[in-house]
Amino acid sequence: MKSISFDTTNAICGALFVATGAFFAIQSLGLDLGTTVRMGPGYFPLVLAGVLVLLGAIIFIQALRVEGEPIDPFAWRGMLFILPAPVFFGLTVRGLGFAPSLFFTAFIACFASQKMNLFFAIILSLLLTIFSVAVFSYGLGLPFERFGPWVRF
Amino acid sequence: MDLFSNLALGFATAGTPENLFFCLIGVLLGTLIGVLPGIGATATIAMLLPITFQLEPVSSLIMLAGIYYGAQYGGSTTAILINMPGESSSAVTAIDGYQMARKGRAGAALAIAALGSFFAGTVSTFLVAIFAPPLTAIALQFGSAEYFSLMIVGLVSSIALAHGSVVKALAMVALGLLLGLVGTDIYTGTPRFTLGIREYADGLNFVALAVGVFGVAEIMRNLEGESTRTVLMAKVSGLLPSRQEFKEMIAPVIRGTAIGSALGILPGGGAILASFASYTVEKRMSKTPEEFGKGAVAGVAGPESANNAGAQTSFIPLLTLGIPANPVMALMIGAMIIQGIVPGPNVATEQPALFWGIIASMWIGNLMLVILNLPLIGLWVKLLTVPYYVLFPVIMAFCSIGVYSVNANVYDLYAVAFFGLIGYVLAKLRCEPAPLLLGFVLGPLLEENLRRAMILSRGDPTTFVTRPISAILLAIAVAVLIVVFLPSVKKKREEVFVEEA
Repeated sequence: MKSISFDTTNAICGALFVATGAFFAIQSLGLDLGTTVRMGPGYFPLVLAGVLVLLGAIIFIQALRVEGEPIDPFAWRGMLFILPAPVFFGLTVRGLGFAPSLFFTAFIACFASQKMNLFFAIILSLLLTIFSVAVFSYGLGLPFERFGPWVRF
Repeated sequence: MDLFSNLALGFATAGTPENLFFCLIGVLLGTLIGVLPGIGATATIAMLLPITFQLEPVSSLIMLAGIYYGAQYGGSTTAILINMPGESSSAVTAIDGYQMARKGRAGAALAIAALGSFFAGTVSTFLVAIFAPPLTAIALQFGSAEYFSLMIVGLVSSIALAHGSVVKALAMVALGLLLGLVGTDIYTGTPRFTLGIREYADGLNFVALAVGVFGVAEIMRNLEGESTRTVLMAKVSGLLPSRQEFKEMIAPVIRGTAIGSALGILPGGGAILASFASYTVEKRMSKTPEEFGKGAVAGVAGPESANNAGAQTSFIPLLTLGIPANPVMALMIGAMIIQGIVPGPNVATEQPALFWGIIASMWIGNLMLVILNLPLIGLWVKLLTVPYYVLFPVIMAFCSIGVYSVNANVYDLYAVAFFGLIGYVLAKLRCEPAPLLLGFVLGPLLEENLRRAMILSRGDPTTFVTRPISAILLAIAVAVLIVVFLPSVKKKREEVFVEEA
């Protein structure tokens, strides 16, 4: 027998689709399915989830027969700093207010690049905050509180 | 003539100082993001969508449309000058455009691209004006069954035109449809797939999904190759093409316009396919095919006209049927809904000023691009030297502001991070995000029309094939699927996309 060879990328991809489809299918079964004439809230999602599982399985099985290129390395540093930025903004925009929250959001995002240094990150975030407050808050009049209850004395 | 009175109304609407101003802002912004690598029209429009709330519906749609075709122009500038297409639809332009630039004809190449695009833009604006009304008339006859079948055609075509594996693209559509169903069921009020989070009862925010999958995921992909990016720029001198070059560009521009206009109407990313088809055709038709890849004028003129024509005519399905042809059009639907306009055939009859105003603004916008861009090329070139590590924190901040200002719902921001991660992982697994977004937009519509059609036909599924228009549409969808899976076409398709990558 030949050594086991399979396309890792597609195998993971197929497995992920099967798992996601299964998740939606299980959730759909908890809903009213209805009849073909009067479809309930669970009918169409269940069909779609079934299709997704099937397609995922096809991708997975196809992956077993061929050898593929390995997945390129992930940008871990990018993920580590980019993804928390909007979450931080969401957590603090009401408490800290628009201006401070945006400053820190940009500041966090800055460090996703290896080329960024502390001084430059502060300057960039500061300029960006001033610009955004001027344009979005004063210029376009979006109803954001500039400074929230956490920083009010 | 009806056409002329309609166009007159359109130009009167688009020609007000306010609308001209927003058209200008749109095309400038569009060119800017087209020039800057690493941020596309989809992410930008998604970011700016909330900011357009305050504007009049016409102004906001004119501006968003301007961003879209402005980005096509900007993308070709970078393709020619530094061999780096800012937008995927100008990937082909880079082949011969950059070679022309290396021969010292950068200015001429830019001018050819701009003039070709302008010609294509003019013709396709008229095509939209001519074809939109009759299509609207047909669309008004549509019932639920027809709409369902039409959306199936749209989804299937988006698969056919996506890169890479067809099965993966199908799976992405299914996933997109499922994500689109998250939220309260319209018939029974039952919350679905909300994981008990009340804030998701209205469904996942479309802007959050688009920003996450197209904006945030793209940033992370760009951060991978951070250290390898170098910019070698060709010098721009002498914008006017020579008489010889001028002669060589005429036929390719006309052919490119025809190809682009036809392919743009197809759902699923017309502009990209159009530019590739045009390049292939020009190479076949040419008496000197060996010049292609070494700076052939036709290799710039054809594809550039084609992608611009395709970008314009992709508005036809949007304006007449309310069905998006590509992710940007999906965002335009979002913009219309936000403004309280129901996209579909009724737009033309109920809001003629809006409908014709958008069409007329496309021509005005194209004119602005020609007048502005050639003198402004120096400025755009300077922008290229802005390092990426300055850009992406700015993009992240604007994304956050944009998404938050839609509903002031902080859960939308968590969704951005979530979809950013999903989009990045899917990109790593070589899945195209465009079918996912189309599925997401069409999911609720598809389900609603399916359920209504089944109730109307008393549960008889043959309603989709016994109604003639619906049957024809489904036949088209099946034909497209069969063609995509045919071994010979499959191989050809792979070749085309390999060339692009």
